[in-house]
Amino acid sequence: MFKRIYAVFAARNREFMRDRGSLAWNLVMPVILVFGLAFVFGGEGRSQYVVGVLQASSEIDTAEHPFLESRFIDFVPVAEQADGFRKIERHRLDLLVHFGGEHRYWVNPESPSGYFAERLLLQSDAAAGGEMQKAEISGDPIRYVDWVLPGILGMNMMFSCLFGVGYVVVRYRKNGFLKRLRATPLRPQEFIVAQVASRLMLVLTVTAFVYVATHLILDTRMDGSYLTLLLVTVVGCISMVSLGLLIAARVTSEELAGGLLNMISWPMMILSGVWFSLEGAGPAVQGLAKVFPLTHILDSARAVMLDGATLLDIAPSMIMLTLLSLAFLALGAYYFRWGPD
Amino acid sequence: MQIALEARNLVKRYPGVDAVNDVSFAVNEGSCFGLLGPNGAGKTTTVEIIEGVTPATSGEIYYFGEPAGRRFREEAGIQFQNTALQDYLTVRETLEMFQKLYDRHADLDRIIEDCSLGELVDRDNRKLSGGQRQRLFLAVALVNEPRLVFLDEPTTGLDPQARRNFWTLVQRIQANGTTIILTTHYMDEAHVLCDEIAIMDAGRIITSGPPDELLRNRYDGLLIELPLEDLTGGLEGIEHVVYENQGIVEIPSTDVTRSLELLAPCVDSLNRIKIRQPNLEDLFLDLTGHSLRS
Repeated sequence: MFKRIYAVFAARNREFMRDRGSLAWNLVMPVILVFGLAFVFGGEGRSQYVVGVLQASSEIDTAEHPFLESRFIDFVPVAEQADGFRKIERHRLDLLVHFGGEHRYWVNPESPSGYFAERLLLQSDAAAGGEMQKAEISGDPIRYVDWVLPGILGMNMMFSCLFGVGYVVVRYRKNGFLKRLRATPLRPQEFIVAQVASRLMLVLTVTAFVYVATHLILDTRMDGSYLTLLLVTVVGCISMVSLGLLIAARVTSEELAGGLLNMISWPMMILSGVWFSLEGAGPAVQGLAKVFPLTHILDSARAVMLDGATLLDIAPSMIMLTLLSLAFLALGAYYFRWGPD
Repeated sequence: MQIALEARNLVKRYPGVDAVNDVSFAVNEGSCFGLLGPNGAGKTTTVEIIEGVTPATSGEIYYFGEPAGRRFREEAGIQFQNTALQDYLTVRETLEMFQKLYDRHADLDRIIEDCSLGELVDRDNRKLSGGQRQRLFLAVALVNEPRLVFLDEPTTGLDPQARRNFWTLVQRIQANGTTIILTTHYMDEAHVLCDEIAIMDAGRIITSGPPDELLRNRYDGLLIELPLEDLTGGLEGIEHVVYENQGIVEIPSTDVTRSLELLAPCVDSLNRIKIRQPNLEDLFLDLTGHSLRS
């Protein structure tokens, strides 16, 4: 038995070592992740909370209050009160504080992070004399579930499109199914369109089902038009499938494809605002996030669902997604190969 | 008779290897043409160039007198040596999927019956045996009512009974007027099925023609075989060339009675002697000096 196990073990090791693409990937991926995470959450470590400081100046003066010296909290200057309130409502800030004159703070009662940030503020304020006053924010505060739902749906869509298309196309190429198709009148463009359409239908069905179920159970917020949200989903899905097809255009190793797809999907998941807002992140990170289709999908979906944005309001993101899709599809079709040759 | 397919000066070079080296042949409409040779001779590469799935380094392919193109893809049916089908589809779903890729449609029920897939139509592709899969691959190659069918090593891995059943199936297809191009390393298969053959070795065609004609031109009589270890002395008086292959002595003879008289004093016993017709494997051995199965 052990002889057989060893034979298979050794053969698999050889296969892996001789697959240079996968080998290189497995060496490079951890390095990229380490550097990437260091870049995103660099400095004194990943901040736990993002607190807006209502003030005219762009510099935070930590001498104003001991709370401003707290570690693992990002303090972001906010010039306009209305802007601060909107960010609190949309979970982009956990807390908004004001130390000029009267010491006040605002918190979204639906925000779990806001609750803990408030505890830290009050603890720190008690030691400093306890002057902080809680103020109500005007408008309708958004629950965390309302804010995170588009993120979860978008993330699910991203994984389904990238892996469901990219990985499968590579498997088809590897096992010769694409070669079999090549011997028919089917054209590469037709194959690619069929893949996009198939995944689009599946993702739309699944996303609609999850959305409706969540909406019925949790009474999630929907301030905009369902038609506009459907359009965001369709355009976003096409962009993700196109990206998957581009990655799979000529890769023949499933392991390499898996690595490349992870390389694309993980940064998107971290930087596109699926779970938390990047309000406190540096401009470079926020700029990088704008390259990812998922960022535009989530920004648009949240704008429609939480702010009642119209198609015109989200037009820049829609145009960006369309341009990205066209670029991915054009490159994917150009580089596409039926077989390994 | 019209020429269905013509390959002119096909060349396929890989770094350090000439996989196909100036291969030319023509296939008459309605005939069965066999490309024969050992593994690695270049048969599969040659047909994959013709099928359009492997790009040639140089050479030309004509289909009914025109450069092979869209019409060829529409009218050709291809059974690959190694391929896969989509998982989780049934046999019928697979056939329907492939049929929809073509403008020409054959009657699926007839194909299912011809390929003996009747009891398997609702079975998942993954649950088919080797022989059943080969029949499904052939059925896939027939969904577009092809005028030309490529069969690449169709019976490799099949048991003798399944091979003979497959031959019957191929003969039935040919009887309908379909042109067949068969690659195989089974000489008996080529002899039974092919009207004309081309024998390949090291990327080149070394001879071609109708199988019986090739054998008649090369051999004049029968072959006497005996184990080398049964010989007790030299084969004095036997003029023909003696071949030694895997411990067997082969003696071509036009007068078996006379040859046996000359052989009798040189062997321990005649009990293990065989007398048989020369076949394509002998021809290949003569032409190349090595065995087809090596």
